[in-house]
Formats: sequence, C-alpha cells, structure tokens
Amino acid sequence: MKKIEFEQLKETLYYEKMENGLNVYLLPKEGFSKTFATFTTKYGSIDNDFVPLDSNEFKRVPDGIAHFLEHKLFEKEDGDVFQQFSKQGASANAFTTFNRTAYLFSSTSNVDKNLETLIDMVQSPYFTEKTVEKEKGIIGQEITMYDDNPDWRLYFGVIENMYQHHPVKIDIAGTIESISPITDKLLYECYHTFYHPSNMLIFVVGPINPDQIMTLIRDNQKKKNYKEMSEIKRRFENEPPQVAEKKRILKMNVQTPKCLVGVKACDVNQTGEKMLKNELTINILLDILFGKSSENYFDLYNDGLIDETFSYDYTQEEGFGFSMVGGDTEKPDVLAEKLQKIMLDAKNGQHISEKALERTKKKKIGGFLRQLNSPDFIANQFTRYSFNEMNLFDVVPTLEKITFVDLQSAAEQFFKEDRFTVCQVVPNK
Amino acid sequence: MAVANDQTIKKNGYTLHIVKTNKYKTNTLVWKMKAPLTEETVTLRALLPNVLQSSTKQYPTTTALRSYLDDLYGAGFFVDLAKKGEYHIMSFSIDIANEKFLKDPTPLLQKGMNFLSEVLLNPNIENESFHSETVEKEKRTLKQRIQSIYDDKMRYSSVRLVEEMCKGEAYALDANGLSEKVDEITPKSLYDYYQKAINEDELHLYIIGDVDEKEVETFCENLQFKDRSPVKLENRNSVQIDEVKEIKEKQDVKQGKLNIGYRTNVQFGDDDYFALQVFNGIFGGFSHSKLFINVREKASLAYYAASRLESHKGLLMVMSGIEAKNYDQAVTIIREQMEAMKNGDFSDQELVQTKAVINNQLLETTDTSRGLVEILYHNVIGHQNLTVDDWIAGVNNASKEDITKVAEKIELDTIYFLTGMEGNES
Repeated sequence: MKKIEFEQLKETLYYEKMENGLNVYLLPKEGFSKTFATFTTKYGSIDNDFVPLDSNEFKRVPDGIAHFLEHKLFEKEDGDVFQQFSKQGASANAFTTFNRTAYLFSSTSNVDKNLETLIDMVQSPYFTEKTVEKEKGIIGQEITMYDDNPDWRLYFGVIENMYQHHPVKIDIAGTIESISPITDKLLYECYHTFYHPSNMLIFVVGPINPDQIMTLIRDNQKKKNYKEMSEIKRRFENEPPQVAEKKRILKMNVQTPKCLVGVKACDVNQTGEKMLKNELTINILLDILFGKSSENYFDLYNDGLIDETFSYDYTQEEGFGFSMVGGDTEKPDVLAEKLQKIMLDAKNGQHISEKALERTKKKKIGGFLRQLNSPDFIANQFTRYSFNEMNLFDVVPTLEKITFVDLQSAAEQFFKEDRFTVCQVVPNK
Repeated sequence: MAVANDQTIKKNGYTLHIVKTNKYKTNTLVWKMKAPLTEETVTLRALLPNVLQSSTKQYPTTTALRSYLDDLYGAGFFVDLAKKGEYHIMSFSIDIANEKFLKDPTPLLQKGMNFLSEVLLNPNIENESFHSETVEKEKRTLKQRIQSIYDDKMRYSSVRLVEEMCKGEAYALDANGLSEKVDEITPKSLYDYYQKAINEDELHLYIIGDVDEKEVETFCENLQFKDRSPVKLENRNSVQIDEVKEIKEKQDVKQGKLNIGYRTNVQFGDDDYFALQVFNGIFGGFSHSKLFINVREKASLAYYAASRLESHKGLLMVMSGIEAKNYDQAVTIIREQMEAMKNGDFSDQELVQTKAVINNQLLETTDTSRGLVEILYHNVIGHQNLTVDDWIAGVNNASKEDITKVAEKIELDTIYFLTGMEGNES
C-alpha cells in the first residue's frame, strides 16, 4: 500500500493495485460520520462498438445497453441488492455517464459489510430473460421522464448538433426502440468485456482505517478468478472538426424559451497533465467571460436576456469535448448572437485581462476547497480524473501555473466559428 | 457519541448558533429570517433577498459585489426561500475558505461576517427607496422564476397538488410568491417592507466550521438589531376531509405525473412524530420501501415512486411518473400499500432496515454544514430543543404499534394527475 501526502490540503491518500489489475484508493476523513464508496468501470454509453472478450471481431451493441446493465446489476437470484444495503443501513445508487458506470453506497455504520456487498454485487452478474424484459418497462418510464424535461432535451440537442458520428450524441439511456432488442446474452457479453478488474477503480472516503479496508479488498479479490485481460479494443468513426448542425429548434410544452450555445472542442486527444491544464484554462476563460463578476453578465442580465438559470460549463473527455453557455431567455436569437460575439471577441483579446485571471484563479482555489468538503465529489471526481490519467489533487498547483498567455491561446484555439452551434427550446403554441 | 450540536447565544435581536467542527475546509454562515406566510407578504419576501444580494451601498453593482466575493477566494454567496409549515423563511448563506488551507493568511471569516452585515444593513438605497433599476431587474427575474415552475412538470405537479389540497390555507402559497403581485411592488414599498422584516422577523445566525467562539462573538459586534417578540403561529389547523378530491389536468406531456396528498395529523414536535418518520420510510421514503417495490419493481409501472413528509404542516406526499393508461392500476397499488401500513402489514425486517437507513440519512445530513443547519432549524420552527441524538433515539424507539397507531391518523385528501392530451378517457 502506497501513501501519498498532500500537505497544504492536509489529506493523505492510500493506493494499491490488486494482482488482478484493480486500482484501489482510500482517503480517510476524520470527523465525518459517513463513508462513501464507489466502484467504477471505464465503460459508458459511448462504448457501443468494440471487440468482445473471447472474440476477434468488432461488434455494435444497442444504444443504452451500458445504462441497462447498470440497472440489472442490482438484481440477483435471491432478490434485490438494494434490500441488502438497506438492511445494513446504507443507501446505494449507481449512474452511467458517457464513459463510465459507477456503483456506490454511503453509510454511517457496517462499512465493511457494505463494501463487500458492493464489490460482490458488481462482480456477480445475474441476468435472465424474464428480468431483462421486466426492466424494459421501468427504463421505458425513465426515458419518457427525460423526454418531458426541456433542459435535458436542450442539453442533448446541443450535443447532437455538434457531433456527426461520435456516439456521445446518443442519449445515455437510449430510446424505447433501441433497448427493445437487449437480451441477457448481450448483457453478459458487455459485462465480461468491460467489468474486468483491470478496467475498474474503487474509491473509499470517510472515517476509515486504511489498513483494514485494504486488507478486506485484497482478501475479497483473492477469492475470485479472472483471466488475464488484454487491452479493450473500442472503435470510433472519424469525427470532423466542424459541427453537424448550426442550429436546431425544439418545440415543447414550455412557457419560457431556452437557448444554449455549444462550442465543440478541437484538441480532444489529450490526457494527463495536458488535459488538466487545458480543462482548467477553458473553465477560467468561461468564468472570466460569463461569471457573475463579469461585465458581460451584468449587461446580459440588465438587458433582460438572461435570468438566474444562466450557466456555462466545459466538459472534456477522451475523444470529445464541448462547452455550453445559456439558459432561459425571452429572446433566444438575440442571446445566441450576443454569446457568440462575446466569445469571438475574446479571441481577439477583448474581455480578458491579467487582473481577471488572478481573481478567477483565487475563486477557483476557494471553490476547490469547498468541493473537498464533499466525500461524494472527491470519490466521483477522483475516479474521472484517474480514468483520464490526471490527479484531482493536482488541481490547485496546476491552477497556479496558468498564465495570461495560456488564456489567450486557449481563446484563440477554442473559439472558432465553425465550431459554434445553437439549440433552442421554444413554446409549441 | 454526541453529533455536532449547536451552542446558542442570545444577541441583540437575534440568536447566534455556533457549531465548532474541524471537518470542513470552509466556514459557513447562514442567516435566517422567519415570518408567517401570508398572501400580502409572500411576493415581497420572495423579491427582497434577491434585491439585497445584487448590490449594497459599498458594492453598488452586481459586478462590484461579485468581484469582491471572487477576491475572497470565491466565497459562495446565495439566497434562498422556503416555507416550513405556515412560516416563510428567507436564507442568506456564505461559504468561505478557511485560510489555514491557503498560502495567503487573509482573515476570511471576519471579512465574510462584515460582508453579511453589509448586505443586511447597508443596502443600496436612494431617498428611502431601493435602487429602482435593481428592483425592476429582480422583478423580471422573479416573474421568470415563478413561470419556470410550469416548465418542470415534476415540480409543477407537486405545486399543483399543494394548491388544490390546501385551498384556503396559507400553505397553498408558493414560497416564490404570486406572479400577478410582482408588478405592484415599487422600490419604495419594498424598502418599507424591508424595514418591517428587519425589525420584526425572527432572526437566527448559524456559523459552522473550525472557528473560535470568542472571535466569532467579536465579529458579531457589527450585527446589531432591535429587540423584538416575533409572531408565533398556532401551528395547527385541523382540516375536515369530507370527500377525497380527484383532479385530472391535461397538458402536452408524454409521461403522466401522479401526486397524492395525505393529511397525517402529526407534526414535528408531537410525541408520535418519529413514528411517522419511520412510517414514511417503510411506506415510500426509500428504494426498499413498499411504493418502490410494488409500483416499480413488481408492476414495472414507473421509474420513480416515492413519498415524503412536510414535517411542519403534517402532510405526506406521494409522487410517481406513469403512463396515463396505468392510472387506475397505480392508484390502486398505492392505496393498497397505505392499507397494508394501517393494518400493520410490514415485517420486523422492514422496520429494522428502515430505522437503520433513516439514522444513516440523518448522520449523513450532519456531514454537510447546510444539512446540519436545516436539521437544527427544525427546532426553531417547531419550538423544540431536540438534538441529533434525540432524533436518533426517537426513531429507534418507534415500535410497530406506534407506527400502526400513527398510520390510523393518516387520511387521504387529494389525488392529482397531470396527464397527456390523448388517452385516459375512461
């Protein structure tokens, strides 16, 4: 077991790689009542074209299968694992993103038992024809629920506009039609390919004894047999730099129109330090341009173009990346035009300054400390960072290193007209 | 183990609560202002905190104010409105880095306290009136906020249930106020109301973090208010249910939203309140509960089917998203679960497991400073003095008999269904 100290933050992280390739990280947090544990596989909605284990050929699987699999892992021959967790006083959950699936629990007692329940649940799949069919009704309602949600439709509308081929444009849960051909066999095939320990990570944070927890996980893994695994082969079509659609308007049962401007990222093959620095730089850039302390925010709010739903963010993962800016607005076209103009002007050096950079860095450092209050944040983000070969605890030192030149060059590279797109939701009457 | 309880100190016009803990990397200040929820004041109170947070005398624009907060290592500052029983609560929260995790030794907590008193006591006024452009902007935003409820169908249907169920009671009002009352507010009328609220509301300040009590008290010197005796509501109005109301509303939605309201006739502070909490946990609070198991897992009708309590009003609300054609089946299953609870048809295992999960949830809530404030603030609303340990003991002591007894008091009041344009003509 390795021990990694972060002096300024007063945190100590423990790490070990199990013989079967599983990465385990433990972060003791004194004073907290709750322990939070996640068991995550690097497998999400975009992994739909790959070479299954024990095969040599690529296979395309139905949209939404990673999310379907997430639902089904909670069910075993003798019932639902939710029951087991609640008997042990824990609350369990799971979620699927574009590129990972996480299973988690939090509890203030019986941590050892809950951790074993979590690991064993994920490592003992049980699917039958009947239970797979039944789940289609439940997931069907989950999909319909999102169909009625204008913010979700808008969010995916922007992504669909940006991407011509990349599966990031496919809704994580799929559609009612796309999940209908899913079978127990297909689920097992995906499971065996992506749920190998070498493709997974456990993170436990809370008032724990790291020696004891590491021993528990080590002993648990020794009882299980896994074949050596070579690298998983995934396939993605070549994605052109330009957006697929410049504009899309969705009509829905809403009273206030919504508008998001999307920017498709260009350099999406970074990992590690480069990716961390790029991600932080673009986040700072957006903060300077659109944060509540910016002149732009003041003007847009003053002109009645935005309200408190206004937001901006940047997402970057291996193979795709995008930023979204916008919110509810009475004048979606005017807002879209102004937001694009602000970004293009920033490319020419407008709106950004050394002073704003220094202030925003401070803001980000304080914001990071606030996030470290949350065990959930630490576990989820640490895992995401690790899958991208970055380290969550490098955020502050990396922030400190960002210069005005970095900011300028990020603006120049990121804001390009053929990478902009607009999606709006407007009332259907 | 005593779980983070507050030390309370009477100050001029308000109560200071300090919770000393070293588990966070930030310090949190939460300022709460409480008054009865009424039709006359609800919209003024919904607007006021938003006007106060956008500028002050010293920081006369949002840009200036927010730049200052960014300089304080991105201190988080936000306002919030809530209704608890028939009280309307305005909250102002500041979350500020603890400088011991920074290279820079600026005394941030003190600056945070000064900022709070600036927002509350030195607003951006001109001639006994709020800055008029700011008020106009915030009126527009408030109207948009009220309107946005309509666009989120889950929220809309739960608001509609409360409106229908509590017609004629103050509780039917939404904490964000009434859209049609926004326009009549002027910079002057809002300022007059500000004076009234500052002088008459019940005030509480919570400070949570790795702080020095003595030091905090000296920081509080800036915050001085007039003494007052706040309005105390007789927080219990019994409502006679003559007939179950059934309301169906049509809109262009794909998924029907089923919301059912019960009167529990039990409130926070009552002897059987904790039994009601356990009741709710077995019935619909969790993923092992009867609603989840029967509506979702067995009948495969929904993705979500859950219940929650409105502790200070004594309501139990069920919510689920279903296909319109399954309305009758879903309502039947939900009513059957309620009958089962009334008949004591639940196992010891369900009881034990629910208590474990509730205790877990409570302790987890105390791990966040905001959550802890919410738990402690229940005492203010319910005029109690319960510690987190009292909560845990109360939950643990609830017996099967207590739970069936509390179940007998629960009455179905209103079934509300938001449904799509086609189908469901039966």
